Amino acid sequence: MSDYRVLPGPEHFLPPAAASMGICLPNPGEAHINGVIAPEEKAYEEAARQFLMAKVPTIFPGPLVLWAWNEKAAKKATAVRHLFNTLIECVQPGQKPMLIPMPDYRPKYPKINPEVEINPNHPNLTIWHNRIDCCMFIGVHCHQANLSLKIIRGGTSCYTIAMCAQAGHEDAMLSFRDASVEKIMKLADTVKRLKGTVQPRLASAKNGVSS
Amino acid sequence: MSKERIQISEDLYDIMPSDYQDLVKSATYGKEDRGWKDIGTSKELIEQHSLCAGCPESMAFRYILASLPNPEDTVMVGSTGCTSLVFPMVAVHNIHSLFGNQNAIASGLKRALSVRFPGRVKDVVVLAGDGATVDIGLDMTLQAWFRQEKFTTICFDNELYANTGGQESGLMQKGFVAKMAPVGKLFDKVRLPEIARESGCHYVVNCTVSKPSLVEKVIRNAVHIAREIGPTYLQLYTPCILEIGKNSMEGLQEMRDSEKPTERFAYKEYVSEPAKQLLAELAAKDKERKAAAKQLAGQVSA
Repeated sequence: MSDYRVLPGPEHFLPPAAASMGICLPNPGEAHINGVIAPEEKAYEEAARQFLMAKVPTIFPGPLVLWAWNEKAAKKATAVRHLFNTLIECVQPGQKPMLIPMPDYRPKYPKINPEVEINPNHPNLTIWHNRIDCCMFIGVHCHQANLSLKIIRGGTSCYTIAMCAQAGHEDAMLSFRDASVEKIMKLADTVKRLKGTVQPRLASAKNGVSS
Repeated sequence: MSKERIQISEDLYDIMPSDYQDLVKSATYGKEDRGWKDIGTSKELIEQHSLCAGCPESMAFRYILASLPNPEDTVMVGSTGCTSLVFPMVAVHNIHSLFGNQNAIASGLKRALSVRFPGRVKDVVVLAGDGATVDIGLDMTLQAWFRQEKFTTICFDNELYANTGGQESGLMQKGFVAKMAPVGKLFDKVRLPEIARESGCHYVVNCTVSKPSLVEKVIRNAVHIAREIGPTYLQLYTPCILEIGKNSMEGLQEMRDSEKPTERFAYKEYVSEPAKQLLAELAAKDKERKAAAKQLAGQVSA
């Protein structure tokens, strides 16, 4: 097993792909936390804890849920909104949950406003502008998610979670696999259950900004 | 993708940036008679672009994107140059190829789309500068035409390599002196429209983009003919005002001056016999459809 751990950065300008450092993807029913395979139940708790600890817990829905390609996508979008509403309900004063879309992958320079949308070619700008210290990607195609996760790990101290519909992401600090409406709802339930048991790191937060 | 799929999930609608909301609400995807007259009353398929102020290429982009008959099922293939600065702002599927291999990419793409989506119309349109089309990519351009690949090739002809400071290109006029070509061009402008005709293109037009209605007509013709019959080629003059020493507001006049009957961009059109037949059929159908619509409107008002 690899000694490498996928941890909040800033790692360095070009962090290695976690897969190249020996990090493996979880099997069905499992997840990974910092590159170590863990039972999915443990990952729900850890993800919920990270959200509740963060000063700016943020969800980044990608094109696969933002656009109503089919009924399943629309249902997932509803679940994402439910998770976001749950975060708003469960955080303490001073914490500021955000829901920022990644509508497509075009490098929309110079038109893009990184405060209101995230782009996989420079996701760090959105993290920096909004001082995000914990984020979750959902509905982003694999290669664009990997790119974003690596850039974020390279240049920010943001904790990254991937709610992946396929086999998971090594480059996230915590990754679920086979994402479904039920899994998103379960994460929301876990956040609700852990409400009040986790101390937010308001004073000590580095706000996702690398020095 | 079809236009019905261009819908935002209801629960996340409010967080989408306004340009996407506008695209869904008022873009002309799926509109049968879309054209340049929609500009100003509907959402254009091009966002704020990053070209120079007054660049005729930006006009060309706007007219072309407004005129594509089937934008929701069109894939554009771009190449290196000023056009590649615009494609990230374009709401039509597009691919950036390597410098010069755009027609090879488009050939594979068109074939793959036909296999992947049998029975559905998928248009492929190459849009590249003169360096990519005529110099670096001439091999790929010609081979695609020889093979009778069914897509449209559009060349934005600004008669030099504008993006890199004004080097000589094959489409530059003889004797022209540019910033990076101080000796002056020693040979004639390559006659690509004639070469296109001889290489098997069924529709070839050489013109400027000064008249939006003309651009609309040639784009629609080129796409329809490419869809049904074979390769088509449009050579559109989009002068680089910076490299020819003009001001921002002088691009339009430059095009008007260059399209006079004796000038190099006087309107020239070649249509093959099968393409002529197709255009006649399309015109007849269009007439029928308009007559039917008029009749229906009359019945409703009565």
